[in-house]
Amino acid sequence: MNRLNRDQMAARVARDIPEGSYVNLGIGLPTKVTNYLPREREIFLQSENGLLGMGPAPAPGEEDWELINAGKQPVTLLAGGCYFHHADSFAMMRGGHIDICVLGAFQVSVNGDLANWHTGEPGAIPAVGGAMDLAIGARQTFVMMDLLTKQGESKLVGACTYPLTGLACVSRVYTDLGVFDVGPQGAFVVETVDGVSIDDLRKLTGVSLAA
Amino acid sequence: MIDKQAASAEAAVADIFDGAAVMIGGFGTAGMPDQLIDALIARGVGDLTIINNNAGNGETGLAALIREGRVRKVICSFPRQADSQHFDAAYRAGTIELELVPQGNLAARIQAAGAGIGAIFTPTGYGTLLAEGKEIREIDGRHYVLEYPIHADFALIKAHRGDRWGNLVYRKTARNFGPIMAMAARTAIAQVAEIVPLGALDPEAVVTPGIFIQRVVEIASAAVVAA
Repeated sequence: MNRLNRDQMAARVARDIPEGSYVNLGIGLPTKVTNYLPREREIFLQSENGLLGMGPAPAPGEEDWELINAGKQPVTLLAGGCYFHHADSFAMMRGGHIDICVLGAFQVSVNGDLANWHTGEPGAIPAVGGAMDLAIGARQTFVMMDLLTKQGESKLVGACTYPLTGLACVSRVYTDLGVFDVGPQGAFVVETVDGVSIDDLRKLTGVSLAA
Repeated sequence: MIDKQAASAEAAVADIFDGAAVMIGGFGTAGMPDQLIDALIARGVGDLTIINNNAGNGETGLAALIREGRVRKVICSFPRQADSQHFDAAYRAGTIELELVPQGNLAARIQAAGAGIGAIFTPTGYGTLLAEGKEIREIDGRHYVLEYPIHADFALIKAHRGDRWGNLVYRKTARNFGPIMAMAARTAIAQVAEIVPLGALDPEAVVTPGIFIQRVVEIASAAVVAA
């Protein structure tokens, strides 16, 4: 079956981020979206450790370990960017000032519940970071994930079985096989990857999909 | 004359006691006050409750404090990382307690303590494991979780420049928790790369007003010198 690779998924998410948006990209896969935001489009990237106007990675040898992103990787600051403390940073999220955040996920339910912080396995050391604040704080929360696990199970589900990050907080899910809107009305197929039908997606996910 | 300068990192932490609650600034290693922590390790006190975003990275700073067995409890948002081996080992051995707090709630609870707020209702965490057993309030159609302030006996933070009254400016993303931890602790201790004369810091740009700082100690930082 035809499927998007990670760069194609990132490019697809980037298409939906308009000029002027204040955006937080979660660590891991969503970070790739940065590479596909057109330079001529002014977008404000926020990193929850305390910067707005985040630029690309520095050239080798130019790293400043006091200028890092939420993934603790060295970054740069664009002209016009600024720094702030953690309470202000999370006020930007919780207060609804961030337009879009893009997060990875273990599971998303058709009504928009998100599970992305903890497998719930005994012995796992839990870590949550800013995931819960971002999920419920941003005006729109997008998820970017493979539709299926390596074992072939759907990550778009009727109800999450992993511990929740936030309730009814996700509005759109970008996957390697299609794009879905989720919410109170259930899941809706926005588009499919070439060669993938809506019926294919229904079979793979086992959930009710409007189209 | 009011002079909050301590002669050394050791002098700055000399009254930190067994069982103290200590906030430590930093997000990963950015803003981690390594020399104050080294002095705390050398002081030999233990049974500490540490409030930080993480639970130590690599072998320095908070990771070293945990490695030396001085920490009874960590209150943090993101303990598990590729280089958090000393926390991981202590956690699995059952020698360290973890209170996991969503990062924004951690910041808000610290800020509440510093601002004299009795508790906060936060939307973050509602409906999750981290809100289990906590009071929930519906306000204007949205659900909130009751969370209490986090106070501390001491805060150890790193800033860029300070003066003898304790006014501080920070450097880049090393600012992170410094300003709010300074407010929330009974005794806030700042290590700075440079102590400058009164009036040298632009009053419009002071981030932490000196009222929140009890001690400041100058420790030249290789990173800052290079920059």
